[in-house]
Amino acid sequence: MLNNRRGNRSLDLSQSRKIVIIGGGQAGAQAVQSLRLFGYEGDITLVGDEAALPYQRPPLSKAYMKGEMAEDRLYFKPGSWYEDNNVETLLSQKVEAIDRSAREVRLEHGGHLSYDALIIATGSRPRALPVEGAALDNVYDLRGLSDVEHIRPKMIEGRNLVIIGAGYIGLEAAAVASQLGLKVTVLEMADRVLARVTSPVISEFYETQHKAHGVDIRTGARLASLKGRDGAVSHAVLATGEEIEADMVLAGIGILPNTELAEAAGLPCANGILVDEDARTSDPRIFAAGDCASRPLVHYGRRGRLESVHNAIEQGKLAAAAIMGKPRPTLDCPWFWSDQYDLKLQIAGLSTDYDEIVVRGSPEDKKFAAFYLRAGRLIAVDAVNSPPEFLASKKLIITGAVIARERLSDTSVSMKEIAAEAA
Amino acid sequence: MPKIIYVDHEGTERPIEAKNGETVMETAIKNSIPGIDADCGGACACATCHVYVDEAFMPKVGEPEDMEQSMLDFAENVQSNSRLSCQITVSDELDGLKVTTPESQH
Repeated sequence: MLNNRRGNRSLDLSQSRKIVIIGGGQAGAQAVQSLRLFGYEGDITLVGDEAALPYQRPPLSKAYMKGEMAEDRLYFKPGSWYEDNNVETLLSQKVEAIDRSAREVRLEHGGHLSYDALIIATGSRPRALPVEGAALDNVYDLRGLSDVEHIRPKMIEGRNLVIIGAGYIGLEAAAVASQLGLKVTVLEMADRVLARVTSPVISEFYETQHKAHGVDIRTGARLASLKGRDGAVSHAVLATGEEIEADMVLAGIGILPNTELAEAAGLPCANGILVDEDARTSDPRIFAAGDCASRPLVHYGRRGRLESVHNAIEQGKLAAAAIMGKPRPTLDCPWFWSDQYDLKLQIAGLSTDYDEIVVRGSPEDKKFAAFYLRAGRLIAVDAVNSPPEFLASKKLIITGAVIARERLSDTSVSMKEIAAEAA
Repeated sequence: MPKIIYVDHEGTERPIEAKNGETVMETAIKNSIPGIDADCGGACACATCHVYVDEAFMPKVGEPEDMEQSMLDFAENVQSNSRLSCQITVSDELDGLKVTTPESQH
């Protein structure tokens, strides 16, 4: 049996006739495509709680929000693709429960789907604003296409927008809004922007850039409540009592993995559904992929949950490959990107627990990279308008390369040379 | 509608009716052309949509911008006619364009 090498928990599922995928985001869509690519010919049912066919989320806080990208370009595949590939899509439908002993998924609207293999790709949901007034009109999360449909018509020049949370989503929205001529205030509880995801060097750079574009960045600012007028938000009230005018409020204070279905079905979860290197849960017929899964981070010797396109694609492929008994796809180094103004930030690796930063280039040129080292080894890079630093690092991180810091910071030595020396 | 011809590394040609305004990458993805992944969805962030452009079309396709060029410098098996297909927009002028996908992307 081909997938014996996948260990005791594996089970030959390559003869499956019915595969159900819960969730129509990036991971679910990838799993569908990969299953067909790997030659799966049986039934596929994709259950999604949104009205739209699977689409790309990253542009929602970037080009699409700005109005520079037509809606039809968001979709991974046209509707006809699903018909042509015999994929049943159940949209605007929620799953009520997974019955593992009966191998069935129960739908909230009634009815059930039986499965030989199941992929849970339920994604994540925005953390709710924990303050009074969060339910007022014109207060939005930024997660799905329907959110942006509400937000975009209100992105009007001269209006006051308050963004809660200076993470990537909040800052990307701030960049779009300020370019559209809104008066933007960003409230961040931590003492710097992007505090949870990057180093002070990068935080300081982005704070400077946003301020130069007229965005009022308030760090160390605690939101006390949202105040309204006629049911709609009018002010954000800080813990200090200060009131900031707001015609619209966007919340971007992080996401929570949608693990409830898996937990109720008795699948072990700990900040994410626990999966192995093949995206398989403790039940050999059930896989989990994307934001909702906690996976082994093989290049870092620990486990974790990644919120990224790369992760969703990779795990969707892993699940499909494991089901079809195909060789496990090569695992890439985790990577991310963020577009703000004329700045393309490309991130490779996970910088958590770095013990040294080496900066290459100069932030004033808006073209530089921060390399993160641990015990001399490269573990991550934040590269601003610097694709060579990003692409070279993706490979160097995987090999655990030790690189002399003087070489890394010396821009007269090309990344090609550095990569060649480390090989 | 302009026709784009996708050629895989083994020489198999797949002619596709493309829409003006979409990119050569998007047209490939929507038509399930093998060898073009485009993980980042066209943000010029991942270099997984690398193609070789038919020499005859090089002048019409134009030069890559700096960002794309520096991504290409690190792609595998780069040639002088390498481009990222997410940065080529389909137009009538490109009718008949042939692009070949590198073996390493298959």
